[in-house]
Amino acid sequence: MSRNLLSAADLSAPEAQIILDSAEQMYAIQSRQVKKLPTLRGRTVVNLFFEDSTRTRSSFEIAGKWLSADVINISAKGSSVSKGESLRDTALTVAAMGVDALVVRHATSGAVQRITEWVDCSVVNAGDGTHEHPTQALLDAFSLRRRIGDLAGRHVVIVGDLTHSRVARSNVLLLHTLGADVTLVAPPTLMPAGVASWNCATSWDLDATLSGEVNGVVDAVMMLRVQRERMSGGYFPTEREYAISYGLNPRRLKLLPKDAPILHPGPMNRGLEISSAAADGDRSIVLDQVKSGVAVRMSVLYHLLAGVDQPAPVLEEVSP
Amino acid sequence: MTGPSAAVLLRNARPFGGAVTDVLLTGGVIAEIGSKLEAPGDAEVLDGGGAILLPAFVDLHTHLREPGREDAETVESGSAAGALGGYGCLHAMANTDPVADTVEIVEQVARLGRHAGLVDVRPVGAVSKGLAGEQLAEIGNMARSAAAVRIFSDDGHCVSDARLMRRALEYLKPFDGVLAQHAQDPRLADSSCCAHEGEISGRLGLPGWPAVAEESVIARDVMLTEHTGSRLHVCHVSTAGSVEVIRWAKSRGIQVTAEVTPHHLLLTCDLLAGYDPVYKVNPPLRPAEDVAALRAGLADGTIDAVATDHAPHATHDKDHAFGDAAFGMLGLQTALGVVVEAMINTDLLDWAGLADRMSIRPARIGRVGEHGRPIVVGEPANLTLVDPDASWLVDPDQLASLSRNTPFAGRILPARVLATFLRGRTTSRDGRIVTPDEQVLV
Repeated sequence: MSRNLLSAADLSAPEAQIILDSAEQMYAIQSRQVKKLPTLRGRTVVNLFFEDSTRTRSSFEIAGKWLSADVINISAKGSSVSKGESLRDTALTVAAMGVDALVVRHATSGAVQRITEWVDCSVVNAGDGTHEHPTQALLDAFSLRRRIGDLAGRHVVIVGDLTHSRVARSNVLLLHTLGADVTLVAPPTLMPAGVASWNCATSWDLDATLSGEVNGVVDAVMMLRVQRERMSGGYFPTEREYAISYGLNPRRLKLLPKDAPILHPGPMNRGLEISSAAADGDRSIVLDQVKSGVAVRMSVLYHLLAGVDQPAPVLEEVSP
Repeated sequence: MTGPSAAVLLRNARPFGGAVTDVLLTGGVIAEIGSKLEAPGDAEVLDGGGAILLPAFVDLHTHLREPGREDAETVESGSAAGALGGYGCLHAMANTDPVADTVEIVEQVARLGRHAGLVDVRPVGAVSKGLAGEQLAEIGNMARSAAAVRIFSDDGHCVSDARLMRRALEYLKPFDGVLAQHAQDPRLADSSCCAHEGEISGRLGLPGWPAVAEESVIARDVMLTEHTGSRLHVCHVSTAGSVEVIRWAKSRGIQVTAEVTPHHLLLTCDLLAGYDPVYKVNPPLRPAEDVAALRAGLADGTIDAVATDHAPHATHDKDHAFGDAAFGMLGLQTALGVVVEAMINTDLLDWAGLADRMSIRPARIGRVGEHGRPIVVGEPANLTLVDPDASWLVDPDQLASLSRNTPFAGRILPARVLATFLRGRTTSRDGRIVTPDEQVLV
C-alpha cells in the first residue's frame, strides 16, 4: 500500500478490501468498554486543517487516539496565501516537528497532493477543495457493506451538488473499484464537466432513477448536501424548486425499494435535500456512517503507518 | 548607452533559410550582402556555418514586472532573456504596479529599456485607468509621449464592459493604436477559474474556464471593431472556436489580428493532472484538439503572431495549491524552440513563415517600424542567427529571467539562437549576453 492516501483511485480492489476488512475489527472495538489499542503508540499524527471541519477532524482525532497515537490538531484556517506564507512553508514547518502522518483538509483542490511533494511523512487527504475525500468514500462503502453485503453488482445512486462535491468524486471512484454501479443525479447545472467519461451513469430525473427506469433497481441512495450559496450562483432557482425536484421527500421515499439504505455525509439540510422522514427512518444509515468513519480512519492510519498490506490481526486490548 | 557599433561580418548565413551568403553589418544597418565579402579591419567575423538568419523577433506580449515586482523580473533581466531568445523588440505589458496608465510610467519603462540596451522595449499602455475597466486611461497622452505607445491593453483583465470597449476602440483610432484584448468574460470565467472546463476540470475538481468565455468576447469584439472601423488584436487565443471566429471576421474584412503563445501550441491540459502550478496559466492549457486548431490557424495566417505572454513569478508565488498559485509561465528563451517543434518540425511553417509570425507581422501590428524588415542592404540590422540543427536542454537555473517558472524544464528543445543583433550591435552570442558596455571581441 502506498505511503499516502490522496485519492480513492489510489486503492486497488484488494487494497480497498483490506482497509474495509480491517475496519471491521476496529468497528468491533467501538463496542468495547476500553477502546484503546497500542498499535500506534509513540507515533504522531497531525490533523492539519486549512478549512474548518468538526466532524472529519474529530473522527480522525478519535481514530488516532484509539490507536494510541499522539494526535495534534492544527488549524491553519485562512488560506496560507492570505497570511503571506506559502503552502510549502506551512507544510515544511509542521512536518519539521517530527510528524509521522499528516491528515490534511484544504479548501483548494490538489493542495494535499502538493504537500506530498515537500514532506517525507505519510499524508492522508481529509478533503481537498472540490476534488476528493477518500476516507469518506471508504466509510460510505464500509457502512453500506455492513447493511447490504458485498457491493459488487449493486446499484448506488448519488444525488445533489455533484460539481462541487469531493464526496461524489471519491465515491464514484471507489464504488467502481468495488464493482458497484453508480448513477449520478443532479440538474445539468450541478453535473460536473466531463462526467460522461466517468465510470457511472447520469440522470437529471430522480423519480425515474429511483423507480429503476434509468439504470436498474436501486440498492442504495446517497443524498449530498446542497450549499445554500449555490442558489446565488444561479445553479438552481429556489430551495423550494430544488427540494421538489431533487429532495428525498416522503413521496419519493416510496419509489425507493424498501430495503435500500439512505446515506448522507452530513451535515444535513433537512427539508432541502433530505426530509426528516428519510433521515430518521429505518432505512437511514446516517449515524452508522459516522460510527464507521472512526473505524475506517483507524484502519487507514493503521495501514499507512504500520506499513502492512495484510488485514489487521485480531487486536489486543490495552490493559486498563 | 548604445554607442556606435563595430562592424560584424556574418559568413555563411542563410537569410530566411534560403541560399548561403555573407552579410555585413555596419553603422547599424545591413551594409552588404554577397558571397565572400571582405571583412573590414575592425569587423567581428562570425561564421554561421549555414545557420539561418532572420529578422530579430518581436514579442507583442511580455510581462517585465517593472515597476512593482522587481523580485520576479526587471526590464533588464527580461531584456536579457529576450536577446538570448532571439528577440529585438518586446512589448512590456501594462499590468505593473503602478499600472502603466500614464505618460510617466510608460516613459519610465521605455527609459529602463534603453538603459539596458539589449532589446527595444515598447511599453503597452493600459486601456482603462488602473486596469479597472471603468474609465479610459490617458490613451492619447501615452500615444503622443516619448514612449510612442501604439498597443493598449488591460491584459490580465478583460475589457468586459461593451460600452467601454466600444469607446476605447473608437478613441484610439487617431493614434493608429490597436486594442489588445484579453478575451475572458469575467461572468463566465472569474479569477478562480484555472483549468480548461471539460474532463480535466471535472476530474480534478478545479474551477472550469470554459472555451466559450473566450469565444463569446472575441465574437462581440470583432463586431464592435467592425462597427467602429477600428483595430483589434486578440491576445493569447487558446481555443478552436476562437480561431473560427477570427477566421470569419477576417473574411469579412474586419481589422482584427491575433496571437497565440508558444505554450498553447505545444502543451495540453492533461499536464494539470499532477496539480503542478508551473502549468497554471491564463487562458488555461487546452485539449489536443484546440492545440491542433491553433497550429492550423497559425499556419494559414488566421493567427498572425506568436507572442510569449512571458510571465515571470517568484517561486513563493507558485509554492501554493494549484488554485492559489499565480497564473503564468516564462516564454522568451524557449519560444523559438517551441515554435520550431510545433510548426517547423511538423512542416506547418517554413523558416520564412516563422519569421513572418514571430517578427514581420508582430512588428506591423505594434507599428514598430525598424523591426520585422526584409534582409536587404540598407535595412536596420535587427537580426537573429539560428542554428536549426542544434538542440538544448531547458534548465530553469540557466535562464536569464529572475524567475524559474518554465513549463519546459527538462525538455530538449530544437534550434538554438547563435547570436542576436540590435542595430548591428551584438546583444547575445552563444547563449551569453553582450552588454552595450562590453567591447566586442575582434
